[in-house]
Amino acid sequence: MRTTRDTWLIYQRSLVLSLRNPVWVIMGILQPILYLLLFGPLLTNIARMPGFPPGGAFNVFVPGILVMTALFGAAFVGFGLCDEMREGVVERMLVTPTSRAAMLLGRSLRDVTLLLAQALIIVVLAIPFGLEINPGGVAVAFGMLALIGMMMSPVSYILALVLKSEDSLAPVVNGMALPLLLLSGVMLPMSLAPDWLQTVAKFNPLYHAVSAIRALFNANYGDGEIVVGLVVLVVLAVVTIALGARTFSRAAA
Amino acid sequence: MTADPIIQTTALRRTFKGGGRGTKSEVVAVAGVDLSVAAGDIFGFLGPNGAGKTTTLRILATLLPPTSGSACVAGFDVAGEARQVRTRIGYVAQSGGSYRESTGREELVIQGRLFGMSKADSQARAAELLGALDLVDAADRTCGTYSGGMRRRLNIGIGMVHRPALLFLDEPTTGLDPQARARLWDEIRKLRDTGTTVFLTTHYLEEADALCDRLAIIDHGRIVAEGSPDELKRQIAGDVLTIGVNGNGEKVVALLSKQPFVREAGLEDGLVRLFVDRGEAAVPAVLRLLDAEGLAPSTMDLHRPSLDDVFLKKTGRSLRESAA
Repeated sequence: MRTTRDTWLIYQRSLVLSLRNPVWVIMGILQPILYLLLFGPLLTNIARMPGFPPGGAFNVFVPGILVMTALFGAAFVGFGLCDEMREGVVERMLVTPTSRAAMLLGRSLRDVTLLLAQALIIVVLAIPFGLEINPGGVAVAFGMLALIGMMMSPVSYILALVLKSEDSLAPVVNGMALPLLLLSGVMLPMSLAPDWLQTVAKFNPLYHAVSAIRALFNANYGDGEIVVGLVVLVVLAVVTIALGARTFSRAAA
Repeated sequence: MTADPIIQTTALRRTFKGGGRGTKSEVVAVAGVDLSVAAGDIFGFLGPNGAGKTTTLRILATLLPPTSGSACVAGFDVAGEARQVRTRIGYVAQSGGSYRESTGREELVIQGRLFGMSKADSQARAAELLGALDLVDAADRTCGTYSGGMRRRLNIGIGMVHRPALLFLDEPTTGLDPQARARLWDEIRKLRDTGTTVFLTTHYLEEADALCDRLAIIDHGRIVAEGSPDELKRQIAGDVLTIGVNGNGEKVVALLSKQPFVREAGLEDGLVRLFVDRGEAAVPAVLRLLDAEGLAPSTMDLHRPSLDDVFLKKTGRSLRESAA
């Protein structure tokens, strides 16, 4: 009860602050749009190659761009927390009876809200390029994007609480996000990769998320990757949220 | 002091892992502090930077568990009953607490809400505090646009939203100009007058002297003296005579420390500092002695003991130097 109320309070506050200074939100959407405009057209010819998964070029490419947006949108949220820590905001709230879980959940839900808004803009913009939409599949895909956010944003907050400064956070987040991105088949499908690379990719939760979201966009609802992706993301999100809440409750030390 | 103290610590100790990588050394930040603070006082924690003031404060405010020892704040144990302590105290960190992108009003309202107040109550309380702290005109501007003094007043307001019985202020006036500092002192006195206990840290002697009802002087994690500013100064009977001697300090100290009217002589920053029984008798005597040695003092200052003299006497160092 307390956690729900406090989560709502922290969520509202965080969202208002993000919208008041939307630089990050805008930056977060600029990159995927550039990919859409300047990289997407390259794929139309490659899509005819053997090994390229079924579906039009943009039905393969846009799910990857969405996962990339979710990954980067959530991976860098710790920077905002570093800023709040420097101004003493986090410490001030730690000396209130506020639920520690709410301090994490309120912020992570704000992050998910923003990344879903970004994802929606990308999908709408991609339709003129030839993205085909089936509402049911896209809805589930957005649920998976939300799960990616709920999995990654606590990781970023944990790192921020531990490292305490943007300077230490930046290389760690980059070092974590880049391999996750490259091994997820975001740019080009992993089905084009050599066997060893495909094997390594299977250990990346985002690989399954990308595969699942592609299947959903193409209405291949029987694809087993959808279930695998959902299960992997739910389990990991629960784990990172629990760890994140714990880190907040110990942040005082 | 018939009532129970609002803060009571016993052998409070906090260590941190030592600086170097792989070393097992520990840094002792708080080395066994026994402290008792009566409700209703402005209690000052005076000491140089790194003396353990902030660490002690953070322990009392439930932000840091003690390594050993115990602390009871507002009737509850800081380690085992942190939640009960938190609802009864306000805490204003040195780093502030207000976010530059939020407005003053927003910060006060959310703080009240986080303490469980209803939206209406929280808004009413915010308006009340904005009025009391003279921030009405700035209420709906973002905190980043505030002057240093306004921001400090807002931060104190944030700490007071839930009407705590005890307010912790970590270096509340550091970096403020004298005018803003005097203004903040007035606000702090007003809090005491309404029954709030204020526990503050400072490395400003003037602040400790002018503002605090009682003081503890802390150095290297230990309390070296405790009492009201007057009590502490009375511990140094007599007067303090400071003499500038143009680099002949050691010679002069050697000469004067042998004199019966000198209780203690020391060299601080090129100045000879003497603790003497009667200043008016000591001055001519010192002048005669120096003259006989062919030495002429460049400056001479006779004054009643200050808190700095107390600090010097207890620690062998001047706080002015340590705090600079």
